[in-house]
Amino acid sequence: MSDIAERVKKIVVEHLGVEEDKVAPDASFIDDLGADSLDIVELVMAFEEEFGVEIPDDAAEKINTVGDANKYIEENAG
Amino acid sequence: MRRVVVTGLGLVTPLGGDVETSWKNLIAAESGIGTITKFDASDQKCTIAGEVKPADHPWGFDPNKRVDHKIQRQVDPFIVLGIDAAGQALEDAGLTDMDDAMKQRAGVSIGSGIGGLPGIESESLTLANRGPGRVSPHFVHGRLINLVSGQVSIQYGLMGPNHAVVTACSTGAHSIGDAARMIRDDDADIMLAGGAESTICPIGIAGFAQARALNTSFNDRPTEASRPYDKDREGFVMGEGAGVVVLEEYEHAKARGAKIYAEVVGYGLSGDAYHVTAPHPDGLGAENAMRMAIRKAGMEPSDIDYVNAHGTSTMADTIELAAVRRVLGDDLGGASMSSTKSAIGHLLGGAGAVEAIFCILAIRDQVVPPTLNLHNPDDGTEGVDLVPLTAKKREVNAVLNNSFGFGGTNASLVMKRVD
Repeated sequence: MSDIAERVKKIVVEHLGVEEDKVAPDASFIDDLGADSLDIVELVMAFEEEFGVEIPDDAAEKINTVGDANKYIEENAG
Repeated sequence: MRRVVVTGLGLVTPLGGDVETSWKNLIAAESGIGTITKFDASDQKCTIAGEVKPADHPWGFDPNKRVDHKIQRQVDPFIVLGIDAAGQALEDAGLTDMDDAMKQRAGVSIGSGIGGLPGIESESLTLANRGPGRVSPHFVHGRLINLVSGQVSIQYGLMGPNHAVVTACSTGAHSIGDAARMIRDDDADIMLAGGAESTICPIGIAGFAQARALNTSFNDRPTEASRPYDKDREGFVMGEGAGVVVLEEYEHAKARGAKIYAEVVGYGLSGDAYHVTAPHPDGLGAENAMRMAIRKAGMEPSDIDYVNAHGTSTMADTIELAAVRRVLGDDLGGASMSSTKSAIGHLLGGAGAVEAIFCILAIRDQVVPPTLNLHNPDDGTEGVDLVPLTAKKREVNAVLNNSFGFGGTNASLVMKRVD
């Protein structure tokens, strides 16, 4: 697993209080990890913070799964 | 008329993370007050408080027992304390497994005096230092006072009245009184009622200290700082915690074989119409609230065995005592009166509910808790049993609980044993 994916997983576990093994790339934040829309806003803020990347609202709206987050960050960070 | 009884109790206090630990320590004359550990208070005029202890302390509180990790991250501490105390009360009442019809007749009225001050403080700093885009999306609903009631209702599926009182340091007593009325008026059969507070943060301590309300001379002797009625008292000590009771319609409680602690028989409310922080020197507002509560209870002043005083360890203590004397008689008609703020500090919006629970436990165990640090009773206290220093075994059938708040708001509750 890439360094980015590991760090994303850590943030998701901390924010949503879910088991680490549930944070799979195809896991949906809302359907599988119990997040609501505000939790996703908070997660996106945490990703921005951790990776020094800006995630605009229209991009954030397309981040539905853990894999979506990994991909966006891999493509846009640093 | 529908009668209202107490069938469950929940407490988080500086003396314990549950009812029995808090009560045992209170009766053992322990103090929950110490040097502030939540933040570096060394630049404050007051550096002490009654903090809820961490989970690894023998009297500690474990937030993970009843509050989801995610919620703990999103909300201010007063909400966490309130949810836990509510959960304790429901468990104690045997009401964790209600059917839908029962849940629609079960409501929540848990208030707070100030609400999410620590979060308002920290998010304001985030706003100032890092801009609006870094403010938490949970900022608003994680700080609102009625979000203890909101969270408890969601967590336990309670669909009855959803209410929250905000009357400063009278909040806890008003919450119980108002909720009892909701049951009496047939709005609900069950109400979770009480108060929660957690404002031991830099701006909370600074604000009360600047208002000249806090103790500032006992920073090196924290357990001696809260000393109601003592000549050397000089301001309150801030505490934190929550108290929640399950109120239930009497026949409803009887039908399901519930344990009944006490009946809420009287509730009195009044305003001082005098000053924002100082009580009226004549104590008429306090007197009126007490008289109303006893009258509504259909009782005589001589029926009261124990008074849990507002008694904050300020100059106002003797104003309250003079009012109690006018209502109960010069010797309080043989009643004992103590201030448990001497042990846990002033829990502000939580105080009235926590102290109501202490009153109920005094009825259960036939013992009244002490007023700590009362070595030199002030002038005007002669001939009154203020239960100095140690708890006292005595007959307790009926109790009067006083709470007074900034803005000149007064509430008194009368509760009695159910035979």
